Parts: sequence; structure tokens; C-alpha cells
Amino acid sequence: MFKSLVLYLKNADPLIQMSAVAIVLTLIGIVVALTYYKKWGWLWREWITTVDHKKIGIMYLICALLMLFRGGVDALLMRTQLAFPGMNFLDAQHYNEIFTTHGTIMILFVAMPMLFAMMNIAVPLQIGARDVAFPFLNAVSFWLFFFGALLFNLSFVLGGSPDAGWVSYPPLAELSHSPGPGINYYVLSLQISGIGSIATGINFIVTILKMRAPGMTLMRMPLFTWSVLASCIVIIFAFPALTVALALLGLDRIAGTHFFTMLHGGNPMMYVNLFWIWGHPEVYIAILPVYGIFSEIVSTFSKKYIFGYKSMVISLMLISVIGYFVWVHHFFTMGAGPGVNSFFAVASMAVGIPTGVKVFNWLFTMFRGRIRLTLPMLWTLAFIPCFAIGGATGVMLAAAPGDYQFHNSYVVIAHFHQTLIGGAVFGLLAGMYYWWPKMFGFKLNETLGKWAFWFFNIGFYVCFMPQYALGLMGMTRRVYTYPAATGWGTLNFVSTIGAYLMGIGFLFIVVQVLYSIRYGERDMTGDPWDGRTLEWSLPSPVPYYNFAQIPTVNGRDAWWEMKQQRKEYSLSSTKELKPIHMPNNSSLPFFMGLAFFVAGFGLVFNQFMIATVGLIGVVVCMLWRSLEKDTGHWISVDEIKQMEAS
Amino acid sequence: MKKTGISSRLKQVLFSSVLLFLLPGCSDRFALLDPAGPVAHTEYRFIVLSAILVSLVVIPVLGLLIYIVIRYRDRPGNQAPYRPNWTESKILEAIWWGIPILIVAILGVFTVRDTYALTRPPTNHKPITIQVVSLDWKWMFLYPDSKIATVNYCEIPTGVPVQFVLTADAPMNSFWVPRLGGQVYTMPGMEMQLWLQADRSGVFEGRGANFTGKGFAHMNFQVVAKPQSEFESWVKSVKASAPALTNEKYNQLVKPSVVKQQSYSSYPTSLYKNIVNKNGGMYWHGKHEQHPMPMDGQHQMPMGN
Ligand code: HEM
Ligand SMILES: [Cu+2]
Ligand SMILES: [Cu+2]
Repeated sequence: MFKSLVLYLKNADPLIQMSAVAIVLTLIGIVVALTYYKKWGWLWREWITTVDHKKIGIMYLICALLMLFRGGVDALLMRTQLAFPGMNFLDAQHYNEIFTTHGTIMILFVAMPMLFAMMNIAVPLQIGARDVAFPFLNAVSFWLFFFGALLFNLSFVLGGSPDAGWVSYPPLAELSHSPGPGINYYVLSLQISGIGSIATGINFIVTILKMRAPGMTLMRMPLFTWSVLASCIVIIFAFPALTVALALLGLDRIAGTHFFTMLHGGNPMMYVNLFWIWGHPEVYIAILPVYGIFSEIVSTFSKKYIFGYKSMVISLMLISVIGYFVWVHHFFTMGAGPGVNSFFAVASMAVGIPTGVKVFNWLFTMFRGRIRLTLPMLWTLAFIPCFAIGGATGVMLAAAPGDYQFHNSYVVIAHFHQTLIGGAVFGLLAGMYYWWPKMFGFKLNETLGKWAFWFFNIGFYVCFMPQYALGLMGMTRRVYTYPAATGWGTLNFVSTIGAYLMGIGFLFIVVQVLYSIRYGERDMTGDPWDGRTLEWSLPSPVPYYNFAQIPTVNGRDAWWEMKQQRKEYSLSSTKELKPIHMPNNSSLPFFMGLAFFVAGFGLVFNQFMIATVGLIGVVVCMLWRSLEKDTGHWISVDEIKQMEAS
Repeated sequence: MKKTGISSRLKQVLFSSVLLFLLPGCSDRFALLDPAGPVAHTEYRFIVLSAILVSLVVIPVLGLLIYIVIRYRDRPGNQAPYRPNWTESKILEAIWWGIPILIVAILGVFTVRDTYALTRPPTNHKPITIQVVSLDWKWMFLYPDSKIATVNYCEIPTGVPVQFVLTADAPMNSFWVPRLGGQVYTMPGMEMQLWLQADRSGVFEGRGANFTGKGFAHMNFQVVAKPQSEFESWVKSVKASAPALTNEKYNQLVKPSVVKQQSYSSYPTSLYKNIVNKNGGMYWHGKHEQHPMPMDGQHQMPMGN
């Protein structure tokens, strides 16, 4: 294996060699810096072994932003290659690898961790809980995600990236057509992080259903929490399908079975079905929590209760249920009969109904309100037209007779970027700005943020609107080049300019974060936005036990109501403090992730010895954990008093 | 006056770019909006209809958004009403549940109608059949009636429905001739059908639409439509002048490569059937009901003997 790696690196193109060198240098740099500043212990105690949901959330956020950078660089490379007809910047193989890693990374290693970041940071605080239901499992989920992402990213410099698209349909993704380790990387890294996602889904469902503060009935729950519940329900139904699809594809490739090969009775269409049974709901998994984030933000920055709360809840649930049953719209053109296609077309269009309702409810939350154009609100406002157009083109794609023409064309690329960027990315940025003071105790600089906002938004339309036109001109997706005679050159060039504008926007965000760490406005109140939900009743950053006293909830927008009442009756609750029981830190989740990583790496290269070592490591970690007797500790009243006073 | 000169030119540019998006039907650069046959035309009509219907929601949303943000902005002295506790209105909500339901219902009816219509031959003329095999990275066309074969282009008679019967001897691809109509996948070991028809003569660009690896971007082909008589004389000339496609030549052709247009005067009779069978079609004889996808009717797995 080692030899083949060296060989691969020797023959790889300069771009890959350069990244290999850059990665090694960065690693050395990090190690040196940590040693020099004597930060190893701190890193280990405070972060790597933590089971605190807020810190886990922050780690998800950092990883997601790093991956957004990687996926963004991929995007710019692709757009550069497509800027002119007959460009010679990337060859076919390289382009194929890049759009594959771009798609996979954006969906699984950007959208998912961003969402897990927001869930971890806000949900327990919103429902008045001290922690998630299974804090240890939460840490395991994070490290599985982390090592899954690491494995996937290694493929670029160690052995070759996957190149069969983020859907990796067999037979293209079978050994017969993709013999290298690329697809193995894809299969194993998605598998490892997927296990973590299922666990997170279960964890948050239980947390939300079981750990709400007294008085917080389901119909008093903040909408973000509702949306996370909806999303997690979809996760636990959808991800198992991915697990099965990847397991069978892995068996085909590694153990020589024929589940998806047509030969010996296998069938590739089984993969296509399994993949999309996960793949379609996946976009709702990413988008549902974003609806929740926007609901919180719209209400906070319009200084109003959300309009039509019940409709919002019903539509969230409808979307998660209907959204699960529409996967066939991804292969209308695979020869299902008109009955099947009609059914899935109408079901898909029906998802547009509750979505439309949500948009109107957001609009009417602002109506007769007082709108403050802060950064979170700006991204929310930008989301509405973007999503309205993206949703509309989605309905057009969902109608089978139209899709026969649109399928696999640039119309699809434009549509899903509009919904995924306008929805997931805008939403998660909005959420990041919104909860940032809660996480870190300071605000992000508004001016730099506005520059980022405008570059990103203008860039977005310049980049993706021409792609609708390109689709109508018959341009197919995933082509690395096209002849000048097609007449696609101009619009592609414009689109590339847009991509670069978005890249500049992203850089502004980086600068904004770095600048604000030093100079950002400190938040002393814990409630910088005049918030409405319980997380704003806590100091920022939040002490690790969250609530010294679990609050009692008397209505929706609990904190807002408390603030109103305090104004009127100047109530001050002085219940007695009690000792708090909290879980211990643990290094096992980290080692478990590491063991999975070793096992995965071994399997990628068919090195069964290494894989066995890794799997034994996994089992050892589990045994170890099951033998641990005392996994928690008590915080005394004195300690709490001290922490609350500081 | 110079100023107005610039702005009127700007206006012109803006106006024409709007036109470019609204009326591209006039320009043959927008293949999807320039149908050249009944199938593409049905799909085009549907696309326009769906675009109009969804705008009924999108346009009000955009309008409302702009109005609301301007009017209710938190500015000192803003006189607009502020109702922080106004959270519900049954009437308003009924309206915006109702309108999308109505739109989806209308669109649904047309969807069902057109989806069914597109599975039938587009017109009543006697159809011809062309077998299509997608290879790495080229398209092979077989004419079972006249026994000729072509690669990367096919000729069809105008005004005649063409039944394409498709399979793959390579990873899945998708057969797409935008100006004649929507696409269908080609899959190894499986047989698919697609009706297309050209109403006028012309050369229509076709593409492989589903990614199949390195040579994918070059998997283009042309469909040449010409009147029946010219089509027949083309068949004759191919029969008379082109070489035969032998099994050896096919085995060369099937290897991954990008090739130019070719034609052949004949091909081994069982070529197509063998391709389907050797890719797994043989496992599906008489086992339609085991197809792992919820499909009815049209999709066919095996080759009948
Ligand atoms: C930031 C700006 C972005 C740009 C400029 C961009 C650009 C591109 C390009 C050029 C392609 C390849 C199109 C093709 O050749 O078929 C692509 C594919 C894709 N993108 Fe993006 N993208 C961006 C962000 C995102 C985000 C945020 C997501 C998801 C959250 C995403 C998800 C995908 C997916 C799933 C594919 C399909 C990959 C495949 O075909 O296998 N992209 N993008
Ligand atoms: Cu979908
Ligand atoms: Cu099939």
C-alpha cells in the first residue's frame, strides 16, 4: 500500500503534489504552534475530550467552515475550467474528481455539520435543558463525522479522489469502471460519518421529547426546535437507506459480490433507489432546520411573535413526511411508467404547498413589525426571493414532462444551488451570526459582514442565473469542456465571474471573524438582540451546566414573556440553587473515531490487517465504555454561585 | 443630453436582455424553447404553462417582500402600525394555503395528462424503430428494418414517429435530443423506449446526459431529419457504400474511446439482443415482477426471445 501511495504521489499532477506539501506544512505548523504555546493540554481537556454540547457545536462549526472553504475552492477550479470553451486548465479526470468531491463535501461535510452545529448550540438552551439526552454519544457522533471527513479529504493526496459523481451510480462506481481506491474512500467515509448522523438524529429526538423545561409543552416549543425535531425524524428514516446502499456497494467493490452489477442477478437500479431514498430527504434534512432558524430570526428582528405558529408547525411536519416520499423524481427518465411518474410528480409538487405557506408566514411576521436590518436579518431577507425562485423552479422540475427536458441539464445545477445556497448556506450563515454572541461572547463586525453579504449575494445571481439559460440551451451538467460552436461561452464566462465574487464574499467572512475576535463588540448582557427564546436568558458564553436553575415556561417565546412580566411586576425569581449532576469528559469518543478511521483506511486499500486492527479498536472502546461505572460528577452549590457571579 | 444617451442605451441593453430571457423561443440557441417535433412541443408547452403558474406565487412574494421591508423598517419616526401581538388570521392563512393547493392541482392535472400522452406514439403515421446502444463514449444506432448501422449520428425521416429502443454496453447514460424531446436513460441489461419525431428537416444536436467518466463530455451525436424519400436514398447509399460492422469491429468499438461519425452497411443480426443479454438481460427472462423498482408496464428488463 505504501508503495502504491508513493507511486501515486510521484505521478500526480502538480496541483495534488502542491496540496500534499501544503497539508504537511500546515500540520507541522499546527504542531509547532501548539507545542510552543503549551496548548496541547488545553486542547485535549477543553475540546477533544469534551462532552459539552456547546463546544461540540463549535467544533462542528469550525469543521464546516473549513470544508466550505475546500468545497469552494473546488467550485472555483471548476468554474475556471468552464469559463471558456475548450479550456485547458483541468483535464477530464481531474474535473470529474473535483465535481465529485465538491458535491459530496458540500452536502455531507458542510451542510450537515453546519446544521449539527446549530442544533448543538441552540436546542438544549432553547428548551431549558442542561444537556442533550446522550452527551457521550453526541461526542461519538462528532468524532465519527470528523474522521469520516478526514478520510474523505485524504483521498485527494493519498491514492486518488472518487470520480463518479456524488451519486456514484453503479456500474460506473463498480470496480469494472473505477478500479482505483477513489470510490472506496467515498463509500467508507460516508459510511463512517453516516453512523454519526443517525446517532445525532436519535439523540436530538430524545432530547427534544424528553428534556424540555417544565411548562414547555410541544406547542410552546420554539420553531427552531420544532424544525430540528422534523429534520431528525427524517434523518432516522433516511440515513439507514444510505447505510445499506453504501454497504452493498462496498461489498461489491471489496468482497466481489454482485448486488448492483446486473450480472448474477444484481441490479444497479436498486442502488439508484436506495441512494435517492436517502438523497432526496437529505435536502430536507438540510433545509428544515434552516426554516427554523429563519423563523427565530424573523420574529426577533421584527419584534413580533411569529405569524401563524400552528401553520408553521404543521407545514414543517408535512414537509418532512411528503418530502420522504418523492425520491423517484430523480429518475423520472429511467423508464418508470406514466402512473409511477405521475404519482411522484404530483407528490413532489405538493411539497411546494407547505413551503409556500411558510414564506407567507415569514412575510406576515414582518408585516406590522419593526424590522432591524442586522446581519442575521439581512441573510434572512436575501433568502426569501432566492428560495421563492428556487422553489418555483423546483416545482417545474418536479413535473415529469418538464423534467424529461431539464433532467441532467444546467437547469438542475442552477435550481439546486439556488435552494441549497439560498436555503442551507444563507440560513446557516444567518444562524451563525445570530448565535455567535451566545457561543463566544462577542458580536461579529457588521461592516465587514455587509461587504461579505453583498459580494456573496450579487455573486450568487451573476453565477447561477446564467445557468438557467445554459440549461435551456441544452448544456448538460458534469461536462468538463464544450466546443465554441455550442454558443455557451458567454454565459459560462459570466457565471464564472459570479463564482469569484462569491469567493471574495467568503474571504470577507474570514476577515470578519479574525477581526472581530480582537475588536468585536463584547456582549455583557447575554441578550444582545433583545431575544425571545430561553437561550437569551443565559449569560454569554453559557456556563457548561447551562441553567443554574431550570426555568419554568408559561408560554411561547418564553424569555420575551418573562421580560414583559418583569417589566410589569418586577418579578425576580430566587429559587434555591441545588447541586447539578453533569457527565464527565471522555477520550473514548475520540479514540473510537480514530479506530473507525483506521478500519476505513485499511478497507480503502484492501488491507484487511489494518482494517481488523481498527475494528478491534472500535470493539475495545465500546467494551471500555460499557465497563465504566461512574460517568458523571456533581457541581456543588458553591461552585455554581461562583460561576454565576463571575 | 449625453446623460440620457447613456441611460437610453442602458435601457436598451436591459430591455433586450429581458427579452433574451422572455422570448428566446425565437432564437434557436435555446434548444429547449425551440421544439422541432410534437414530443418536444408538448414538453415545451408544459414548461411554459408551469412557468406561468409558479410565477403566480413568486411575483406576489417578491412584491410583498419589498413593500413590507420598506414600510416596516425600524426607523425613528416610522408611523406604520406596530402590532407585536398580532399572531394569527384565519382568513389570510386560508388564502395562502388555498392558492398553492389550487396551483398544484391545476399543474397536477396537466402533468398527468402529458405524462401519459408522452408514452404513446406522437402521431398516427406508421412508425420506424431504431435501436440505440450507448458505449464508452459513443452512440451506436442500429436500423433493424434496413439492417444498417451508424455511430454518433442517425438519420430519420421527417413526419414519422421514431421509436427508439435503447440499452447500454457501458455505464448508464441518458439519450437526449433537446429539440426533438426529452431524454431517457440507457442502462446495461435493460431495454428502454422513447418516442421522438421531427416535423421539419434539420440537424439536431443530441447528447449523452448522464455522466459516464472521462470521455463523457465528448459523447455528442447528431440526429439528421430529412424527407422520407431522401431518407430512403440515404439508407440505400449506406447499404451500397459503407463497410459491414462485424463482431470484431464491434469489439473494437466497445472499448473506451472517442470516435468520429461512422456508418455500416450491415451488422450481425443478433448484435443488439446479445448486448442486452450479456449485460445481465439473460437473468431477467420471465421475471418481470422481480424488478426492484416500482414500475409499471413500459420499462422492460429482458429481451424477449
Ligand atoms: C459557493 C459557490 C458554488 C459554486 C460556484 C458551485 C459550483 C458548482 C459547479 C461548477 C458544479 C459542477 C457542475 C457540473 O459540472 O455538473 C457543482 C456541482 C455541485 N454542487 Fe456546487 N457550487 C457552489 C456551492 C455549492 C453548495 C453550497 C452546495 C451544497 C450545499 C453545492 C452542491 C453541489 C452538488 C451536490 C453538485 C453536484 C455534483 C455532482 O454532479 O456530482 N454546491 N457546483
Ligand atoms: Cu429530490
Ligand atoms: Cu432499468
